Amino acid sequence: MMLINSLGFLLIAGIVWWFWIYKPDGPASTDSSKLIIVENGVYTPSRISVPAGEEASISFMRKDASPCSGTLVFTDLDISEDLAVGKVKKILLPKLEPGKYVFGCQMQMYRGELLVI
Amino acid sequence: MSQHELLPRQELIIEGAGCASCVGKIESALKQVAGVSSAEMNFADRTVSVTGVASTTDLISAVEVAGYNAKTSTAESESDALEEKEHADFLYYKKLMRDMTIALALGVPLMIYGLFIGEMTINTNTERLVWLAVGLLTAAVMYFSGKHFYIGAWTSFKNHSANMDTLIALGTGAAWVYSMVVVFFPFAVPEMARHVYFEATAMIIGLINLGLALELKARGRTSMAIKRLIGLQAKTARVIRDDKEIDIPIEDVLLGDHVRVRPGEKISVDGIILSGHTSVDESMLTGEPMPVEKATGDELVAGTLNKTGSVIFEASRVGKDTALAQIINMVKRAQNSKPPIGRMADIISAYFVPVVMIIAVLSALVWLNFGPEPVIAFAIVSATTVLIIACPCALGLATPMSVMVGVGKAAEAGVLIRNGEALQTTSRITAMILDKTGTITLGSPKVTDVVVSDMGLEAGQNKESILQLAASLESGSEHPLAMAIVESANELEIELLALNNFNAIAGHGVEAVIEGKKVLFGNEKLMQEQNIDLSDYILQAQALAAEAKTPMYFAVDGMFAAIIAVADPIKEDSISAIKRLQNNGIRVVMLTGDNRATAKAVATKVGITEFFAEVLPEDKSNKVQELQMEGEIVGMTGDGINDAPALAIANVGFAIGTGTDVAIESADITLMRGSLHGLADAIAVSKATLKNIKQNLLGAFFYNAAGVPVAAGILYPVFGVLLSPVIAGAAMALSSVTVVTNANRLRFFKAQAH
Repeated sequence: MMLINSLGFLLIAGIVWWFWIYKPDGPASTDSSKLIIVENGVYTPSRISVPAGEEASISFMRKDASPCSGTLVFTDLDISEDLAVGKVKKILLPKLEPGKYVFGCQMQMYRGELLVI
Repeated sequence: MSQHELLPRQELIIEGAGCASCVGKIESALKQVAGVSSAEMNFADRTVSVTGVASTTDLISAVEVAGYNAKTSTAESESDALEEKEHADFLYYKKLMRDMTIALALGVPLMIYGLFIGEMTINTNTERLVWLAVGLLTAAVMYFSGKHFYIGAWTSFKNHSANMDTLIALGTGAAWVYSMVVVFFPFAVPEMARHVYFEATAMIIGLINLGLALELKARGRTSMAIKRLIGLQAKTARVIRDDKEIDIPIEDVLLGDHVRVRPGEKISVDGIILSGHTSVDESMLTGEPMPVEKATGDELVAGTLNKTGSVIFEASRVGKDTALAQIINMVKRAQNSKPPIGRMADIISAYFVPVVMIIAVLSALVWLNFGPEPVIAFAIVSATTVLIIACPCALGLATPMSVMVGVGKAAEAGVLIRNGEALQTTSRITAMILDKTGTITLGSPKVTDVVVSDMGLEAGQNKESILQLAASLESGSEHPLAMAIVESANELEIELLALNNFNAIAGHGVEAVIEGKKVLFGNEKLMQEQNIDLSDYILQAQALAAEAKTPMYFAVDGMFAAIIAVADPIKEDSISAIKRLQNNGIRVVMLTGDNRATAKAVATKVGITEFFAEVLPEDKSNKVQELQMEGEIVGMTGDGINDAPALAIANVGFAIGTGTDVAIESADITLMRGSLHGLADAIAVSKATLKNIKQNLLGAFFYNAAGVPVAAGILYPVFGVLLSPVIAGAAMALSSVTVVTNANRLRFFKAQAH
């Protein structure tokens, strides 16, 4: 029983670490095409960077038919767009101050970060 | 700023560019067009951005000559996009229903067997073989009908995130893996625990697919309002090119095109009438039922209906720039924005799934440590049920679905809400400040009286000469009262005179020199400051003011010459709309630059007891702040241009538009029709929406708060009840459908009849 309980608590610790404590340390994608694929509950890449103080654009390609993936909202930037299945949607970004801007679907199940550096 | 940045930029969508080498070809073709200074193509999304002064048609033909096709980026009309979306949703719906049918075709017979016919336990080798076959069939169902859950769960997991897919995949996966362990190694588990749960896996997959399908259907209904707006757009326009009238898709109409519209046709793009006259039904945008007469020089708005005449107009705004396109865009944006009340749900959502996973593990551990035999079976059932019953979707959908319907409903009533925050604050408004001119009144005042003083008469003035001087003086001003005077002079065909040394004294009046005479026109304060004696005429002015007219004083060469009174008729339904606001417990306050007596007369007529008179434009925002200091949540209603600072400082700024000025930046809410009933409607819709959001949030919260502990077995020690994972699956599927359906109830909301 001791072993099972230990395993159980180890599993809980694993959940806490994997979902909350772990922070991605890799650099955000700076890929010049700035294309984000929307599929299976995630944005790929989910972190993308653009230069500060310049107008920029990023594109989204929705491959998932579930309604959750159909709306894209940048809460802080007052941007909200519908994504059509199988089509690329270009989002024009205004000149931004350096910082982190989150984006996601209406329900925040899809989540991504725009890093302005 | 460089010269380059000053040049106009346009974007084209390129078709038929299959390889990266096409980029150079297209760019150089475009650069050769006269006027183009740069062309940059983005191969990833097949768009090209062109800077320079060149016509769109020239650019498109240059691309065509190079062997490709191009269209403007606005070319895909909203209605096409909507049709495409509906088609995609329909296909997805069919897929979900097919997935559901496959899963339930296995799940339902298994469940019936387990409930009424036999035991789902393994005691003999034959039973092992039979259940192995069922297990493999279940695996096939998991693959065909539930693949999306497992792939979604895995991709999220790799990204260190978790969502509904994670819970379903873990729940159904755990039930299936345990059952397969029982099939393969029955002797590794105690005899009492040799139970298989294949029916749970199949049923849950089936029910959740069903839930998703129903949710998709219900979601479609939440966007009815935007669909109606998009439906207002005409599909084609009849343009005159090379002296020929041709019908072209509205996406191809260019700025400056001459467009013909015949009786009974929809206006295709915004424009200015060049010839002809007609009456136009603008009710679909403004809610104003009476058709509006239009003649040469008047504006036409896309989406409205031409009733009687045939006119030719010049396209002044096309594509994304038309008022209708802007309305659609604004409504869509607002529909997706979140009021502060929904932020809490977002925070909870971020932690929700991992927390449920932890609860599932803890619940299994508690059963394993303290539960009755067979502990392992109880542990598996409780953990699976916890994972399945928890529904992050209900919580996540609660706010956006209601906002979607509420904002759309408001748009139908001619009320454009900028964002979710404005929606929420509007529902809490306790005081409403109404600007008088153009808000309570029509804003088109007329000269009613000209009283020439004895001094004026002695100096040889008469009504006409006074009007001539006053109109000349005011000809440059855009103030509504000034315009009334100029108009009245025009009606009498009085010629205007040249003026020198014009000076506007903000909030007081104007002065200038006309034909060598120093003329001064304005309110009582201005006359007092200039030491002009009015004493004999004050009573007369007060009498005019008591009739809700605005008396203004006119002096020539330092001598009082006349009173000119102007009256602005009160809008027909202002009284009933103000009463509606007051009946809702809102403190209604009137604000005006007019003198006290006129203000009082108007306020009394419309049933307002509290008013601020003689307020200078810059002081309007101070009055808003004064009420805010008293603890009121203040709505300010004005025309959106003169009142911009006050609108911005108010908790909610309402701009009364005229149907076309939709993008009034300083306003949180734009009322497309001039009636004040729009205010009461806006407040009523906001209140109903907020109430709906609260119901949804509370429902979703209590569902999870009660469902998860029950699933974990909290009732077992007292009542001996442990929920079946299948029931949990049904409850989970129903919970999000319930939220969307409740939001859809808002569609039936009707603002009080007026």
